[in-house]
Amino acid sequence: MRANTAPGPLLRTRELCFDAGGRRLIDRVDADFQPHRRTVIMGANGAGKSLLLRLLHGLIQPTAGEVLWQGQPLDRAGRRGQAMVFQRPVMLRRSVIANLRFALAVRGMSRTERATREAAAIERARLSDLADRPARVLSGGEQQRLAVARALAGAPRALLLDEPTTSLDPASTHAIEQQIHEAHESGVTVVLVTHDIGQARRLGDDLIFLHAGRVVEAGPAPEVLDAPRSEAARAWREGRLYLGANDPS
Amino acid sequence: MDGFGDIFGEALRLILAWDSDLIEIIGLSLRVTLTAVAISCVIGLPIGALVGAFSFPGRIAATVGLNALMGLPPVVVGLIAYLLLSASGPLGPLGLLYTPTAMVIAQTILVTPIVAALTRQVVEDLHREYAEQFSSLQVGPFDRVVALLWDARYSLLTVMLAGFGRAVSEVGAIIIVGGNINHVTRMMTTTIALETSKGNLQLALALGVVLLAIAVMVNAGVMALRASAVRAAYA
Amino acid sequence: MTGRTGLALAAAACLTAAGVTTTNAAAAQEQFIVVQSTTSTRNSGLYDHILPMFTEKTGIEVRVVAVGTGQAIRNAAHGDGDVLLVHARAAEERFVAQGHGIARFDVMFNDFVFVGPPADPAGVAGMTDAVAALAKIAAAEALFASRGDDSGTHQAELGLWKQTGVDVAAASGGWYRETGSGMGTTLNIGIGMGAYVMTDRATWISFGNKRTHRILVEGDPGLFNQYGIILVNPARHPNVKAALGQRFVDWILSRAGQAAIASFTIDGQQLFFPNAGRRPR
Repeated sequence: MRANTAPGPLLRTRELCFDAGGRRLIDRVDADFQPHRRTVIMGANGAGKSLLLRLLHGLIQPTAGEVLWQGQPLDRAGRRGQAMVFQRPVMLRRSVIANLRFALAVRGMSRTERATREAAAIERARLSDLADRPARVLSGGEQQRLAVARALAGAPRALLLDEPTTSLDPASTHAIEQQIHEAHESGVTVVLVTHDIGQARRLGDDLIFLHAGRVVEAGPAPEVLDAPRSEAARAWREGRLYLGANDPS
Repeated sequence: MDGFGDIFGEALRLILAWDSDLIEIIGLSLRVTLTAVAISCVIGLPIGALVGAFSFPGRIAATVGLNALMGLPPVVVGLIAYLLLSASGPLGPLGLLYTPTAMVIAQTILVTPIVAALTRQVVEDLHREYAEQFSSLQVGPFDRVVALLWDARYSLLTVMLAGFGRAVSEVGAIIIVGGNINHVTRMMTTTIALETSKGNLQLALALGVVLLAIAVMVNAGVMALRASAVRAAYA
Repeated sequence: MTGRTGLALAAAACLTAAGVTTTNAAAAQEQFIVVQSTTSTRNSGLYDHILPMFTEKTGIEVRVVAVGTGQAIRNAAHGDGDVLLVHARAAEERFVAQGHGIARFDVMFNDFVFVGPPADPAGVAGMTDAVAALAKIAAAEALFASRGDDSGTHQAELGLWKQTGVDVAAASGGWYRETGSGMGTTLNIGIGMGAYVMTDRATWISFGNKRTHRILVEGDPGLFNQYGIILVNPARHPNVKAALGQRFVDWILSRAGQAAIASFTIDGQQLFFPNAGRRPR
């Protein structure tokens, strides 16, 4: 879509493995995430999508292999360049604006800079009317919008989202997709875990398909979705054809 | 023995008469107890939050220790404080024995573990919910503790009430280090103990009713605060 | 934002604490002494009667810590008190001999009495021989509630039992009940279980929960209860306010102090009888 400004992938994994309870849950994953592109991670439940996202974000440490950020091992500074949105938004027991303020304050941002960013973020998320409401009385859709706004308020280079619209209605889903779209337009690299094939088509440039902790297929999203080469992706897609047929796009 | 009706009548009479001795005793009780609870919170809240929010070697031992200390008998606390503050003890030169400050110290020893142990539980539960988000936002240890304590503030009110209840009702510790000296260290509970030992059971029970009334008022006030917070979904 | 709230809380705590400390500082500027004494003297109201007279005259406030004689002596031996006013002669003399006290002076006396239920199961009512009365109680295995707390009263009671030859330690938990508590609490318990109790007369007269118990045995010279006063030795315990304590001792032993003790009555009955200087030592 855009010209690559940085050479090589923004985020990549090398021989990434993660074990838990004596089982290998992520198995030698090599994946590249190109700057300014939107990569969708798909796969059946338990395939390891959320784990991979957490490894990319540094929330958990790999058993073996490594995560590279701009060619360097992921460290604190690298993690600062990322922001993550979880499936269920975690809101502090404070007002909408205070939740944004907290995320900015822990980055050591000055009061005046915070104020401008808060205002911009809340405006973009179209939550201005709710600014002083306790965050936890908002609807699920509003809370997730706030979560995306909070993630973007710190101006990350990469936005990681773990099934952000799974429990939302179509209107709320659309609003979240709009936020992701706008973020991407402004230059943010997007990594999105989703079960929704329609969403993958709408938002995905690239697609990585996981099965049992391994990458079984990777490539441009339309190609993988239309003509999966791997048996796992094909079987999975056929099981979900109904959802795909329902998709307006 | 006197009927319970008489006791409540006596309690009412005590409250209505509102004599200066009673005011002094209630005032000292509240001053000592609230000071002890405040200091216990300043010490116990961060300790509880640290143990609740961070994993470190010995964390389970620390949790077990805090929980066990909740059951410290007041008399034992009184003895420990007495041995510390006695003229022949390490803090003897401060001359604090038989002063309100000595009672504050004893009650602080008594209440701090309660505040810390209950805070740990509250913070640990909240942190389970917040941990990934905090980690994602790269919230530092200090900000983490402050945020957890702040967000748990309405649950922690209950913790403070538990500490207040323990402090305001105990007699074993303060009678040893305070000495129950008239006009100096005489509190609600030591007065009740004294009147009981003088055989003035009706007066003792009436004072108990007054103490209960104060405890009810403090609890009701805090609970009202908390209820309004729950309605606003902050709790 | 959150940081400021924490600070405010801490500041509030410090202010409250300061409130208490200020009071202490103010109190410290006044002159005061701590007297380790017994529950019998405090609970009867004696101190409330005599101490204001002393304070008015001298400006010295007297803070009384009332515990059992045994504990009062131990507290004073730690240096936690300036003056000791108790009633267990042998223990007091030991206290002085060990160097904790300067000297012991007689102050006043009253007497012990045996109180018991009107049914009087051991049939001791009207007896004036305390040892014989105790022997009858033991023989009848009638309930007897003892302080059991190493207090002056307890020590006096054990001295009487020794003369009867009865081994109360063996009977403890049976008819002989050790409460391990102060005089008032022991009376409450003893009255509750219908037991005989040995008490000092002052506590009994001022006691508010007598119910049907009454005095059954009195008048034995062996029931004599002598109170003594000792200034804690400042050479041994440097924090002792020797000068102020000495003024209190002097006053108690003076004509004015003795008259103050004699003037304390409840329902027209005198509770303590001053005898400073009337007996040797």
